[in-house]
Amino acid sequence: MSQSAGQILLKVDDVSKHFGGFTALSHVSVEVAQGERLGLIGPNGSGKTTLINCISGALKNDAGAIVFKGENLNGMPPHQRTRRGIARSFQIPRPFHSMTPVENLAVPLEYVTHRGAAHKADIRGEAESILSDMGLGDKMNAPCAGLSQVELRKLELARAMAARPALLISDEAMAGLSNAECDEVLAILFRLSDKGITIIMIEHIMHAIMRFSNRVICLDAGKLIAGGAPGEVVKNPDVQRAYLGA
Amino acid sequence: MNGNSLKFYLGCGVALLAALLLLGSVQNEYVFFASYVVLQFIVLAIAWNILGGYAGYVNFGTSAFFALGGYSALFMIKAFAAPLVVQIIVAAMFTGVLGLGIGLLSLRLRGIFFSIATVAMAIICETIITNTEFLGGAKGVQMTRPDPIAPFTSYTKMLFFVMAIMTIAAIIIARYIENSWIGRGLRAIRDNEEAAECMGVPTLRLKLIATVISGALMGAAGAPFPMYMSFIEPVSAFSLNYSVSALAMPIIGGTSSWLGPVIGAVLLGTVQQLVTVTISSELNVLIVGVLLVFFVVAAPQGILGLFKKRAEAPKPAAGGAAK
Repeated sequence: MSQSAGQILLKVDDVSKHFGGFTALSHVSVEVAQGERLGLIGPNGSGKTTLINCISGALKNDAGAIVFKGENLNGMPPHQRTRRGIARSFQIPRPFHSMTPVENLAVPLEYVTHRGAAHKADIRGEAESILSDMGLGDKMNAPCAGLSQVELRKLELARAMAARPALLISDEAMAGLSNAECDEVLAILFRLSDKGITIIMIEHIMHAIMRFSNRVICLDAGKLIAGGAPGEVVKNPDVQRAYLGA
Repeated sequence: MNGNSLKFYLGCGVALLAALLLLGSVQNEYVFFASYVVLQFIVLAIAWNILGGYAGYVNFGTSAFFALGGYSALFMIKAFAAPLVVQIIVAAMFTGVLGLGIGLLSLRLRGIFFSIATVAMAIICETIITNTEFLGGAKGVQMTRPDPIAPFTSYTKMLFFVMAIMTIAAIIIARYIENSWIGRGLRAIRDNEEAAECMGVPTLRLKLIATVISGALMGAAGAPFPMYMSFIEPVSAFSLNYSVSALAMPIIGGTSSWLGPVIGAVLLGTVQQLVTVTISSELNVLIVGVLLVFFVVAAPQGILGLFKKRAEAPKPAAGGAAK
């Protein structure tokens, strides 16, 4: 598999995951380089979310290893992986609904970014500046219940960014959004990439994947079936078969 | 110290002063006997709320922590003839460790499964105590109160004052947790545990901190119980009434802040005392039930929620993110 320039940040090494008799991931190996924008595609149920759950630590991989910045993360709980620089957004937004957006961001700012020295940091100022960056400037202190879908997606990304990650995993941040809203979210992801953050994007919206990714990999039934430049992968007969059926 | 904290500690001082004034001016022993129960319920409600309100983990085992606090005190009396302060400290330590143990065993369970585990724990503890001859077994232990310490003219008055100090200590602890990083982490857990973990919150450790503090406070509240009653036996010490009240009071008052359990406990505790005296001691259980149902339906955020709604309506309140 071709690699763009830069060091390997994340290495998924021969990872497998079973749920009872069902194989969700089977010997998946991927390397992600520093600064890369990786698109992860595959039909529903192909194991995309399982793979990122294994990377973020929400699930334990049965075999293989997740290696981040040269460190094997197997057995490490999610909060420690976040402190090491892996942040994710959830497919269905999971805001801390009793808190305002500013308070939502204060959680990772206190627990990750300024851990142990939160009293010295300007948590509120920092949260406000991230939220303004994401275009949520006018909703910062409103209850989360009043946010629209696109605003919730932005809040998911903003909260992940507050942890100052080296690797951001965006799980279908654009599903269900209009074209204009997709462009907004995509622009945010491009800006984050320009700042040097490595991004893995899971998405069903192909034009977003095609525009955004340096490289695309495709999962089908828990196996990696293709990888390469976006244009090549969509033309790959295996990928077309996975999506359209034989 | 900011203005709010200053007001808060002034309020604590005034409350303590009021308790002292009451001690100096009122002669009727029953006033202190009844107030003690209300204060005890404030401590239990605050303790329950640290885990149940802040973190959203419902504990049905308050009675076990409370009773084991009392039995720890009894053990210290029988084995070492320890003074009241030592009884309370040992009781708090023992039930704090118990909280840690229960937490380690059961906090990997979520929601209702955790609650069921706490019920089981209470039953196990009661069975063990009932079968421990040294602690009186099923028939209980009768005790004679020692003389009260100097400024106090009766033991009931002394216990009232001790419980008043514990109440204020519990309020200070709860308020500290609420405003610190622990409180925000617990709130994140209550809102969405998986997201909290992914945002760097060490969820298991925070839940354990909450169970230890909550358990220790419940045990401390139970420690003076044998001396208060001059008697302790398992059925009344492990009474379901403690578990239900400790849960109902914060829900009625509002679980979002320390003030909720205080309001709920004062309201419900006082009503219970009045009903016990005027109508019957059985009826107060019914009253707890009816009030609980009423508030869950009519004011799910509790009394505190009703006031907050009114206060927040005119201005978009700025939650203190950078405390």
